[in-house]
Amino acid sequence: MAEMSGADILVQCLVDLGVEVVFGYPGGAVLPIYDVLYNHPKIKHVLVRHEQGATHMAEGYARSTGKPGVVLVTSGPGATNAITGITDALMDSIPMVVITGQVATHLIGSDAFQEADTVGLTRHCSKHNYLVKSPARLAHVVHEAFHIATTGRPGPVVIDIPKNVQVATAPFETPDVTNHASYRPQVKAPAADIAAAIEMIAKAERPIFYTGGGVINAGPEASASLRELVELTGAPVTSTLMGLGAFPASSLRWLGMLGMHGTYEANWAMNKADLIVCVGARFDDRVTGRLDAFSPDSKKIHIDIDRSSVNKTVMVDLPVIADAGSALADLVAAWKAAGHKAADLSEWWARIDGWRAVNSLKYPPDTTEIMPQHAIAELFAATRGKDVIITTEVGQHQMWAAQHFHFDEPNKWLTSGGLGTMGYGFPAAIGAQMGNPDSLVICVAGDASVQMNIQELGTAIQYRTPVKLFILNNEYMGMVRQWQELTYESRYSNSYSDSLPDFVKLAQAYGWTGIRIEGPQELEAGIRQMIETPGPVLVDCRVAKLSNCFPMIPSGAAHTEMLLDPSQVSGTMADEAKALV
Amino acid sequence: MHIDEELRERHVLSITVTNEAGILARIAGMFTARGYNIDSLTVADITADHQISRITIVTSGAPRTIDQIMAQLDRLVPVHKVVDLTENGPFVERELALVKVAGTGEHRIEAMRIADIFRAKVVDTTTESFVFEITGPTDKIDTFISLMRELGLVEVGRTGIVGMVRGKA
Repeated sequence: MAEMSGADILVQCLVDLGVEVVFGYPGGAVLPIYDVLYNHPKIKHVLVRHEQGATHMAEGYARSTGKPGVVLVTSGPGATNAITGITDALMDSIPMVVITGQVATHLIGSDAFQEADTVGLTRHCSKHNYLVKSPARLAHVVHEAFHIATTGRPGPVVIDIPKNVQVATAPFETPDVTNHASYRPQVKAPAADIAAAIEMIAKAERPIFYTGGGVINAGPEASASLRELVELTGAPVTSTLMGLGAFPASSLRWLGMLGMHGTYEANWAMNKADLIVCVGARFDDRVTGRLDAFSPDSKKIHIDIDRSSVNKTVMVDLPVIADAGSALADLVAAWKAAGHKAADLSEWWARIDGWRAVNSLKYPPDTTEIMPQHAIAELFAATRGKDVIITTEVGQHQMWAAQHFHFDEPNKWLTSGGLGTMGYGFPAAIGAQMGNPDSLVICVAGDASVQMNIQELGTAIQYRTPVKLFILNNEYMGMVRQWQELTYESRYSNSYSDSLPDFVKLAQAYGWTGIRIEGPQELEAGIRQMIETPGPVLVDCRVAKLSNCFPMIPSGAAHTEMLLDPSQVSGTMADEAKALV
Repeated sequence: MHIDEELRERHVLSITVTNEAGILARIAGMFTARGYNIDSLTVADITADHQISRITIVTSGAPRTIDQIMAQLDRLVPVHKVVDLTENGPFVERELALVKVAGTGEHRIEAMRIADIFRAKVVDTTTESFVFEITGPTDKIDTFISLMRELGLVEVGRTGIVGMVRGKA
């Protein structure tokens, strides 16, 4: 066996594991690793401008390619800056491996320069983490970390490597980590559960599929199986924010997203259903609304690879612990084997059509100002026929993008759902572009959230990533302002974006193309110019300042209490509702 | 607006884990992070090769909360097995306490008499004090300590619960 340094072992493991790109930022405690990466023939290192940017780039890369994202940062501030992205990846089940430098083992605990207790800090915001105290352990840990990050319910794994462990040497051998002593996620559902699920679906008169990010995580085959199962059963489909694209929005069976800013038909169908088939979703509070009024008359099947997601907020009748893709394929096979035919759901579909007729996503026409919903609709229309990946920041623009940009394929929609991280979308777009060099990658952003990681303008230029940054600029933290209008009688406490930069000049200062769209008559041409201009382009799209995102289930309300337009808004709220997230 | 507290029942959980650095922080921290209660916690390695530890946790919560605690423990990477001893059927639970009592005359004789009834052992003595060692379920130890309070209790050390399923398996 060859004797190698810890840094060499680490990089060799990354090569062996098929890693092509690492998002990182150097510093004292990772210098030995950076020296190995110097002019490395196989691994491309992307130098970010802030470690949080690296984590979101890794997330964007992972979500759009299905491969794990890899991050390399230094000790102390390098690690603490990465924590938001690590937590984001945990909440949204994104496979990610974060390598952090650490002070030398004999200095740990001495408050050394740039020392932080990284394993302590990341213990509860990672799927798993390691402090590697010997180079002889390193190969095993790195392989195991990738195994854990990418299997079961995916998530971030942190490997903290002291500097002396990077320098010291040990014999190197490729380890086998597939037979873990305690980590064995259940991938395949018990046959009895599949059979029971099939019987419940076949008997249902008002069934609905409620799908989530788990279907995307399970790979394109899972989306294909979902489509087949829906075709076989004839049931309607809704999905969470994270699950958009697993089922085609162009299908007649598609009801749109559900939840707080979901469609009228999706939320009413959930409320009136007699069977909910939840696949790879977790009954999040943004989806259920008031729990005691959530789908009161339905039986519920919950397919999830994480047992702790089952019966966490909503009690279900049939839990199926399995990978979404495996379970969906089993359901398709079992449905066919049982000789079931699609039930006559015409009465159910007639009711759904009644709810659809409400047209809950309608919005007022442009006046002298561009309606933000219209800007998204134009963006959607202008990108037909192209391979588009959309990322978003967090806020009103995110919900408008989810409502008005329609996805027919998985892995094309990247957004921060669980943690709701402002600053996610722009770096995620750069990461997605790295993994999909030929795609048209567009970040839909707001004027406030884009500033949270605006420094990555430099990264995009350095690596010639032709991302498009489409800012819906209403000079507000729009979602905060909307809640203040709805809940606090329009007292806009600190939600106005004062002292905004000139985004076009800022873009130009970094070597980007900057475009400003000021009115409805410029919208179509401006978007076309953005798409046709090579290289990275920032668009400062000025939109109506006080638009609200509807429909909306107010905090603490039931699915059937949706607000469809501003005339239904009272401007006050009970304390019980104010206290909810 | 007021905040309601949920009803709680007591459960003894037995958790086998890989004996590695940080494992206790991982388990205890999960309880804190998710707002669960720890009434008692014991941990020690239980195999000849020192690779596996058993953690016994006494917790309390509504049945749904206990079910969530089990699931959350089970998905931690170094956790091998989680058993809810309270739900699982008959089980034994024991803890050990050291109880120091100081006094002379009638109090000293009475302390000795009660210790005998509780099968507590004397592990240290001076002419004016005893240290008793007592083993048993939590309520027996609670009772013994409350009796000693009247007889010159000085201090108490308790191990917390260890538990095991009754029978062959």
